[in-house]
Amino acid sequence: MDKRATADEVVREIRDGMTVGIGGWGSRRKPMALVRALLRSPVTGLTVVSYGGPDVGLLCAAGKVRRVVYGFVSLDSIPLEPHFRKARESGGIDAVEYDEGMLQWGLYAAALRLPFLPTRAGLGSDVLRQDPQLATVRSPYEDGEELVAMPALSLDVALVHMSRADARGNAQYLGPDLYFDDLFCMAAKRRFVSCERVVETPDLLKFGSVHTLRLNRTMVDAVIETPNGAHFTECPPDYGRDEAFQRAYAATAKSPEAFASFRAKYLDVSESDYQRLVREEGPR
Amino acid sequence: MSEARRDEICAVAIAEIFRGDGEILASAMGTLPTIGARLAKMTFEPDLLISDGFAYLLGDVPPVGAPGDSVVEGWLPFRSVFDLVWSGRRHVLMGATQIDRFGNQNISCIGDFRRPSVQLIGTRGAPGNTLHHKTSYWIPNHSKKVFVDTVDVVCGVGYDRAAALGPLASRFHAIPRVVSNLGVFDFETPERRMRLRSLHPEVTLDEVIASTDFDLVIPKTVAQTRLPTADELRLLREHIDPLGIGARELRS
Repeated sequence: MDKRATADEVVREIRDGMTVGIGGWGSRRKPMALVRALLRSPVTGLTVVSYGGPDVGLLCAAGKVRRVVYGFVSLDSIPLEPHFRKARESGGIDAVEYDEGMLQWGLYAAALRLPFLPTRAGLGSDVLRQDPQLATVRSPYEDGEELVAMPALSLDVALVHMSRADARGNAQYLGPDLYFDDLFCMAAKRRFVSCERVVETPDLLKFGSVHTLRLNRTMVDAVIETPNGAHFTECPPDYGRDEAFQRAYAATAKSPEAFASFRAKYLDVSESDYQRLVREEGPR
Repeated sequence: MSEARRDEICAVAIAEIFRGDGEILASAMGTLPTIGARLAKMTFEPDLLISDGFAYLLGDVPPVGAPGDSVVEGWLPFRSVFDLVWSGRRHVLMGATQIDRFGNQNISCIGDFRRPSVQLIGTRGAPGNTLHHKTSYWIPNHSKKVFVDTVDVVCGVGYDRAAALGPLASRFHAIPRVVSNLGVFDFETPERRMRLRSLHPEVTLDEVIASTDFDLVIPKTVAQTRLPTADELRLLREHIDPLGIGARELRS
């Protein structure tokens, strides 16, 4: 089956109030072209689940988000995400803050269609107090240990960005870290995978060893070819982070006017116009 | 060799945190923690595992702040990190925006969680770290704003919260040290309250007390943090931190 689609086509499936999981980590290999398509869409009231970076900041700044489920939100080289901070400090969004390992466990539980997975992480911390729905469970065995019952984080949609994919949805990452992209896909009903390049299936192993083929086509519903699609986050080995662009983005949190002009210039335009602008402006 | 600077004394105090740890991952967040862990590995804890801060475990000890070719001895992507954390073969050195007398740590937010006055990075791995393996803290800006009476959000679990969980859930909990720019602290007291372990050279007891918003346990005789040996100073200056970037963390 040919699963190739455009970013705007897949984003049309995302409805108000849906839960969207976004792969990558901080400002690393984020599906930014898909996020930009989401920013151009009329969707609002999303719950975003993410090891958060500028995906979370942009969606918050654009008023798309009702709730963020996260362990951290950071731009890596800029430790605190200024747009996310602003959204939190203005009370504009609900926050569900988990230990990073709990977040993994929640995605894994959803992937395995289990109601929860037990863990010690979270006990004694305020993570349990902030989310009154979190419950504990007692080991049925001799030890009787009380553990957090981390609930499944089931997603309506997963958005991830990979290095290469074939048209059928086998996808490959060529950087040092998959992060939790496989779990995001397995935890979601609809799985949209953007990639730097769509290649023929026999060519996948020309780019990396079999260990890099971490999404098989049972885990993917649509493949979207978006060259430079993780910009301005990093996507090694194809490109590093555009630090100057990221600094300029972060600076737009200073005033609504600054973000409005950033949005008009870079976000209220098509992906091809965005990429052309970035190319023309060149190394900052 | 000229006299040891404060950042070098801190680096040695940080290295000392890992003494006796053996073959575990020394996770260091921040510049001086990275320098300290590498110093420990190059001197008295050669079996420590260190990472590049991303997905690779390093088989040699490269200088900080100067990325170059390094020996890769292993791979630790984030999909494997929590396996390692929860299995316990790790000692992490985290930062803290707030820390209290029992070692409860906050990196989540300042103020009411529902609408904070300041949103910080988020709880990260602190809750799980503190319940699964040794967690120490490095604080480059010792002040009453950091060493607080009560933290606004408990991310890293302190000794009082751990005790309340009972012996089963808290059996892997340990906060061996807190190192700041002023001194070294531990919780080796009957109530597990924070104790001054040593003062860095040229720091007075009054300065520490005035910079701490709770009553520290002060021993009858206050020790001084040990100075770097000549060998440690040479390793720090010639090999681990030749650019002197550790000092920047104290100024910021």
